[in-house]
Amino acid sequence: MGRTEGKKRRTELAPKKRRRWTKDDTELTLLSLPTFVWYILFCYLPMFGVIIAFKDYKITPGAGFVTSLLKSDWVRFDNFKYFFGLRDFPQILRNTLLYNVAFIILDIVLPVLFAIMISNIYSKRKSKTYQTLMFMPHFMSWVVVTYFVYAFLITDKGLLNALIRALGGESINWYFEPKYWPYILIIMHIWKSIGYSMVVYLASITGIDSTLYEAAVLDGASKFQQGRYVTLPSLKPIIIMMFILSVGHIFSTDFGLFYQVSRGANQPLTPVVATFDVKIYQMLTSNSVSLGKTAAASLFQSVVGCITILIANGIVRKVDRASALI
Amino acid sequence: MHQGDGVTHLNRIKPATNAIFNIFFLVVALACFLPIIFIFVISLTNNDVIRRQGYQLYVTAETFSGEAYKYLWGQRQTILHALWVSVYVTVLGTVLGVALTTLMGYVLSRREYRLNGFMAIVVFIPMIFGGGMAASYMVNSQILHLRDTMWILILPLAVSSFNVTITRTFFRTTIPDEVIESAKIDGASQFTIFSRIVLPISKPVLATIGLFLAFGYWNDWFQAQLYISSDNLRSLQAMLNAMQNNLAYLTKNPTALLSTASDLKKNMPQESVRMAIAFVVAVPIACVYPFFQKYFISGLTVGAVKG
Repeated sequence: MGRTEGKKRRTELAPKKRRRWTKDDTELTLLSLPTFVWYILFCYLPMFGVIIAFKDYKITPGAGFVTSLLKSDWVRFDNFKYFFGLRDFPQILRNTLLYNVAFIILDIVLPVLFAIMISNIYSKRKSKTYQTLMFMPHFMSWVVVTYFVYAFLITDKGLLNALIRALGGESINWYFEPKYWPYILIIMHIWKSIGYSMVVYLASITGIDSTLYEAAVLDGASKFQQGRYVTLPSLKPIIIMMFILSVGHIFSTDFGLFYQVSRGANQPLTPVVATFDVKIYQMLTSNSVSLGKTAAASLFQSVVGCITILIANGIVRKVDRASALI
Repeated sequence: MHQGDGVTHLNRIKPATNAIFNIFFLVVALACFLPIIFIFVISLTNNDVIRRQGYQLYVTAETFSGEAYKYLWGQRQTILHALWVSVYVTVLGTVLGVALTTLMGYVLSRREYRLNGFMAIVVFIPMIFGGGMAASYMVNSQILHLRDTMWILILPLAVSSFNVTITRTFFRTTIPDEVIESAKIDGASQFTIFSRIVLPISKPVLATIGLFLAFGYWNDWFQAQLYISSDNLRSLQAMLNAMQNNLAYLTKNPTALLSTASDLKKNMPQESVRMAIAFVVAVPIACVYPFFQKYFISGLTVGAVKG
C-alpha cells in the first residue's frame, strides 16, 4: 500500500517539475530581482574578490581596478604564508579560540541559571522589570559602551579607582595593564548579552508543561530537584543547539568588543585583546600591508569558519534534524 | 481557574530564597542600567570638579554645571547635522531593508516558483561563507565606488539572510496557500498579491525586521570608521567614535607637540561634554527599547522555527 502511494505521488510530481515557465514565475523573478542583485553585489562579488589573496596586487597605471587585479602576478600561497608566519599569529589564534571557549561556556551556564532563577520570583511584574533593565545593554552600540567603560576605568578620574582608593588601595592604570583585560572583556561581553540570552531560555522555560512540575511535587521533589530533573532536561535541546551554533562561530569574534572597548587594541593591550577580526582590521587600515595579504588573512578566517559551521551543522543534524541549518 | 494553580502555588521557592533572588536581580539589573545614569551625572558635573576629584556618582548644587549642554547647544549645527545623518540613514535603510527582505522572503515562500531552489541557495550560501572584510572593502571601494557616500552606510546592511529566513518562515506559516490561489484565480498578479494581501497581514514580522534593521542602522559606527572620511557624512555614532579615536591618539602620544596633536587637544571637547554626547546618543534608544522589546523576542522565536 505504502509503495503504491509513493508511486502515485511521484507521478503527480513528475509533470510539475517539467512544467512550463508561467507568468507567475516571471512576476516572482521580478519581485526577487532587487534583492538578488543586492546579493550579487554585496555577497558574491566579494566571494570572487578573494582571488586577490592569491595575487600580488599592483596598480597598472591608467587601468581600472579589475584590469590591475587581472594583470597582477599570481603568487599562490605566499600571502597565506606571510599571515601564518607573523610573529603574533599564534597569539591571535590563541586569543580568538580562548575567548570564544570562555564565551561559549559562560553564555550557556549564566543565562540558564539566571533564567531558572528569575522564573521562580513570585512577582511577575518585578521579574519583567528586571528583564527589561537587563535588556538595555543589548541595544547600546559598542561605541557608547566604550564611554561607559571609560568612565569606570580611566586612571585618574574613574569610578573603579576611586573605589580602590577609598578602600585604601593604589590606583590601577587599567588601560596599560594587559593582565586585567581578559576579565574586563569577558565581563563586558556578558554584561551586553546576558539580558538577551536569558530571554531565549526563559521563553523555553515558560513553555514547559506545568503538569511535569505538579507530578514532581507529588513525588516529593524539592525545588532544586525540580530544576535538576525537570527544567534542565527540558532545556537540553535548546542548550545543545546554542552550544553547537556557537562552536561553529569559534573563529569569529565581535569586533566592537575587542577593538572599541580596549580603545583601539593598541599596545600594550594588543597581545591579550587582538583576535582575527582585530588583526584583519589593522592589516586593512595599515599602509604597509598589501591588500593581498589582508585578503589572505580574511579568506583564511572565512574558510575555517565555514568548515566549523558545517561540522557543527552536521552534528546538529545527528542530534535534532529539524534544527539543522542545511 | 486552572486546576494546577493550587499545586503551583504551594510549589514556590521559600520566601527567603525569593528575597535573595530579588536582591540579586535588582543588583544585576542596576548594573546593566546604571552606567547610562552615571554618564548623565558626569555630563552635569562641573569640569573643575571632575579635574580635581574625578567623576562623581551624584551631582549636588555645588558640583552642578550645565555648561556641557550649553556647549552642545553652541555646537548644535554639528550635532543636529550628525543627528540628521543618523535619522536619514536609519529611515532610508530600514525602509529599503524591509522592502528587499520581505520581497525575497515572499518569493522564497512560494514553493511553486520555478527558481525557488536556486534563490534559496543564493540566500543560503552567505550564511556560511563570506569573502571577508578585506574582499568586501575592496569591492565596495574599488568596484562599486561607494567610499564616502551615503550609500555605503545604507546598502551593505540592508539585507541579511537571517532576516530573509525569518520573513520566509512567517509567510509560509501564516498565509494560507488558498488565499493566494483564490487571488490568482481572481486575476491578481503577484505584485498585487504581495502588496494588497501579503503585506497588510504581515505587520508583526514587518515590525520585527524593521526594528532589527532600525537599531542596527542607528547603532552602526563600523561602516563610517572604514569608509567615511568627510565630516558631513558623520552620524552621531560616528561622531562619538571619532572623538574617542582622537582621544586615544592623544593618550597614546602624550608628548606629541606636533601641530596636529595640539590642534586636536584644543578642539577636543571637555570630559563633561564628551559624556553629554554619549548620553545624547544613548538616551533615545534607552527610552524606546522597552516598547519594542517584545518584537525582538518574537523575532528571536520566529527565527528559531524553521520552515
